[in-house]
Amino acid sequence: MSEKEVKNLEEIFEARIARDEKIEPKDWMPEKYRQTHIRQISQHAHSEIVGMLPEGNWITRAPSLRRKAALLAKVQDEAGHGLYLYSACETLGISRNELYDQLHSGKAKYSSIFNYPTITWADIGAIGWLVDGAAIINQVPLCNTSFGPYARAMVRVCKEESFHQRQGYEIMLTLCNGTPEQKAMAQDALNRWWWPSLMMFGPTDAESVHTAQSMKWKLKRKTNDELRQQFIDQTVPQADILGISIPDPDLKFNKETGHYDFGAIDWDEFWQVVKGHGPCNKERMNARVSAWENGEWVRDAAMAYAEKQSKKKVAQAS
Amino acid sequence: MDKNWPIWEVFVRSKNGLEHRHFGSLHAADAEMALENARDVYTRRNEGVSIWVVESKYITASNPEDNGELFEPAQDKVYRHPTFYNLPDEVKHM
Repeated sequence: MSEKEVKNLEEIFEARIARDEKIEPKDWMPEKYRQTHIRQISQHAHSEIVGMLPEGNWITRAPSLRRKAALLAKVQDEAGHGLYLYSACETLGISRNELYDQLHSGKAKYSSIFNYPTITWADIGAIGWLVDGAAIINQVPLCNTSFGPYARAMVRVCKEESFHQRQGYEIMLTLCNGTPEQKAMAQDALNRWWWPSLMMFGPTDAESVHTAQSMKWKLKRKTNDELRQQFIDQTVPQADILGISIPDPDLKFNKETGHYDFGAIDWDEFWQVVKGHGPCNKERMNARVSAWENGEWVRDAAMAYAEKQSKKKVAQAS
Repeated sequence: MDKNWPIWEVFVRSKNGLEHRHFGSLHAADAEMALENARDVYTRRNEGVSIWVVESKYITASNPEDNGELFEPAQDKVYRHPTFYNLPDEVKHM
């Protein structure tokens, strides 16, 4: 294809997106659109998969059968979300194994929030309430994104996500209505998860390198700062109901703007964790890689069994 | 031998009376495992009463580049639609 022909196709493509048409896997798309989507969708899938690890830590120690069943179901949902997203990503012409390789080699990123440890049961409450709450705000606009398979996966994910947040908030509520020690545990979890949750929306708009292009492709419909503000505005009253306080001395409702003003985010910490120096980066990757490597013989055996069965069928038929 | 599990497409009937609809895809070593995985991945909340799985390589798809010759001819055949025919208002139930 000549440069002029590509340019022409690009114009038709951008016009389709501007008209809110969906792009499907076999449609022509600019290489950059394909690469950006592989990056974002796989990063999203990896986050779901790695996100199972901090919570999995508490399945065997959940305080009651009710909590245990809910946590198991939630972690299973995360696995499902990862799988919806991997399969959406594979429609762009990358294999599942390549995606795993990118995660395991550190080439692909996942949400840095999962590099923090879950040291008490209250952390499971805080994750559901804050981390899933932030994820919902990030994800809802993606239900309308331009790439069809991604949008469809997100519709399914968003439907399931609201149970996650409610189960987390219920855990917090129970702790806050419990003994002083339990309430202190809830406060401690909020203290540790608040700032990392704000970081989940990504760098400030001024620093975000992908925002402009992503807005154009409807991979983003609101900027990082807008989404972060929305999260703060909706979460502060929820903390008030719990009777615990957000660990930010500068947090204050601004009557003029109708929003909460908040203190400075420690972006050095964010970049440290992104670059692999968070409290649990190594532990998370070791868990992933060893699960993959130790499971190899099982995958191979399943494949060998499948081949044997299909040969048997052929033999019987002839 | 390719040791990677192949991709399967999953179709789910959400309730009797409705058709199976494409839900997504997954990897599995064989058809039986594909069904089991489809049940866990796509029907955790009563989304279905019946599942079909088919290995993706067996699906032949039309190419969007051929959309012109495939689908445009239908656009100028307005006589296939009832509104193409002019009848007086007095004619009822037609």
